[in-house]
Amino acid sequence: MTRYLLRRLVELVPTALVIIAASFALVRLAPGSPFSSEKEIPPEIRQQLEAKYGFDRPLPEQFVRYVGNLLRGDLGLSTKYPQRTVNEIIAAGFPVTLSLAAVALVWSLLVGITAGIIGAVRQNTAWDHAAMTTALVGISVPSFVLGPLLVLVVSLRLHLLPPAGWGDWRHLILPGLTLGTIYAASIARLTRGGMLEVIRSDFIRTARAKGLSERLVIWRHMLRGGLLPVVSYLGPAIASMLTGSVVVEKIFNVPGIGPYFVDAAFNRDYFLVMGIVLLYAFFLLLLNLVVDVLYGLLDPRIDYS
Amino acid sequence: MTNPATSTAASEPRRPSATTAADLVAGTSLWQDAWRRLRKNSMAVASGLFILLVGLVCLVGPPLLAATCGYDAQTQDLAYGPQPPSWQHPFGTDFYGRDLLVRVLVGGRVSLSVGLLAALLAATIGTVYGAVASYAGGLVDTLMMRVVDILYALPYMFLVIILVTILGKSLLLLFLALGAVGWLLTARVVRGQVMSLKEQDFVLAARSLGTPGRDIVLRHLIPNTLGPVIVTFTLTVPAMILQEAFLSFLGLGVQPPQPSLGSLINDGANQMLVFWWTLVFPGGVMTLLLFALNFLGDGVRDALDPRMRT
Repeated sequence: MTRYLLRRLVELVPTALVIIAASFALVRLAPGSPFSSEKEIPPEIRQQLEAKYGFDRPLPEQFVRYVGNLLRGDLGLSTKYPQRTVNEIIAAGFPVTLSLAAVALVWSLLVGITAGIIGAVRQNTAWDHAAMTTALVGISVPSFVLGPLLVLVVSLRLHLLPPAGWGDWRHLILPGLTLGTIYAASIARLTRGGMLEVIRSDFIRTARAKGLSERLVIWRHMLRGGLLPVVSYLGPAIASMLTGSVVVEKIFNVPGIGPYFVDAAFNRDYFLVMGIVLLYAFFLLLLNLVVDVLYGLLDPRIDYS
Repeated sequence: MTNPATSTAASEPRRPSATTAADLVAGTSLWQDAWRRLRKNSMAVASGLFILLVGLVCLVGPPLLAATCGYDAQTQDLAYGPQPPSWQHPFGTDFYGRDLLVRVLVGGRVSLSVGLLAALLAATIGTVYGAVASYAGGLVDTLMMRVVDILYALPYMFLVIILVTILGKSLLLLFLALGAVGWLLTARVVRGQVMSLKEQDFVLAARSLGTPGRDIVLRHLIPNTLGPVIVTFTLTVPAMILQEAFLSFLGLGVQPPQPSLGSLINDGANQMLVFWWTLVFPGGVMTLLLFALNFLGDGVRDALDPRMRT
């Protein structure tokens, strides 16, 4: 296991380098520049600005310097917000986005797995149909429709939760639900499918034959099979929760990292775009590693040693 | 030589079908079999008909409404302003006095066409990429799939946003950007499929007859992967429609005054307290459309590949 982990960690290095190079190329070779949107900057000032950020150097040199700074954990300066570093912007926004995604994840796992178990254990009954139809509806309601509707009903009509803003736990609930529902629906379908796959297999029959209670059979044996597809779905799901929170942050006026990214991409805020893309990419790479390890722990057929 | 693709598709052992005696005599192809299964799934058929209907109404509706009532998706009438739904304007009118029904229909047309085209592009790129990678095998395969892994690790929506800001905000480029990033799943599915296909006898036969690699990929391998590709395609269409709306909601997609479902929902969300209909109708149409597309996609998957049934 340790060797497997080490090998995977070593493999991350070339992947990370390729990602850095590819995103650098994509961002820098795009037409336009951080200073092209503002009107009539005198050429001298423009030169000074470019010198300040090192944009006057040849691209390969800039790349080497960027990677060097990156190794020291320095993501550079923002051009849109000249008084702030990219590190500061990310340190302020990313925890907010992460906590939204965490609420969404807990919500989607709780609801999704419960609905999936009900669907599988009561296969082809009214319970099953109700759970799966609800799941399909859940998959089909986009977050930008669900979010405003929740605000309309829960906040503005029933006055239960604040409609927008950021501060205490009550501000987390509606955005978290909005973000998580679509994944809850997918997880319900995956859990049900995974459990149905193992429900007729020999080890379940053995478990029943040796007299285990139905509850133990479901919880200890079937659920394991049911969770395998869910675990492999978690990587992409968390990834798209993190990026999908752009919309939710906009609807609920939450100060996460999302709005910065959209802004930065438009203003060609090179270092901010790169910083956020790399942050997400590395986060996702590590996440996929964790998911693979989890998968090995859950599935006794997989042996990493 | 005859193309072995059709015959193997019919007798593929991994796709068992409930054959009756009559079927055995006549011989059913995979496609006839799938079609029969799909037709028996009444919800999927209803969804398919609903999508066709929506598509038709989106195509015919706007010019018809323009001719009969003089409604137009873009001309503003500020003095008229927002009106609640009525017989005259079933969906009401928006803040600028434009008939919302026309705007939803034009927006639906944008959504459907971007979704279909982007999914088609993604399916084409993914199929060719996956087939080439796995047919080539060895180092080429490893490298090509490593690229897919890396792209998989990148935050997908962010990549699309960067592409949109680079390419500019036009409808054509929007579908290019979505399609250019959305092919990864198809590539993986096709690669897995071709891996098992390329060891089969009909490929060996084709190769021993001297068929060039390009023809083996195009004529023998890709046709046999069509089932899973179609399944992935039908489920990609709603995903693409959702992403187009997502971008338009953020103001990155279709630009005003041209409507799109995403930007209509954005407008509606901003005014929902006073003019509820501006959110409810575009949001409702979008949700119904996605629901029907997902249902149809599920049905197609169950019909084409009963093993994948969940």
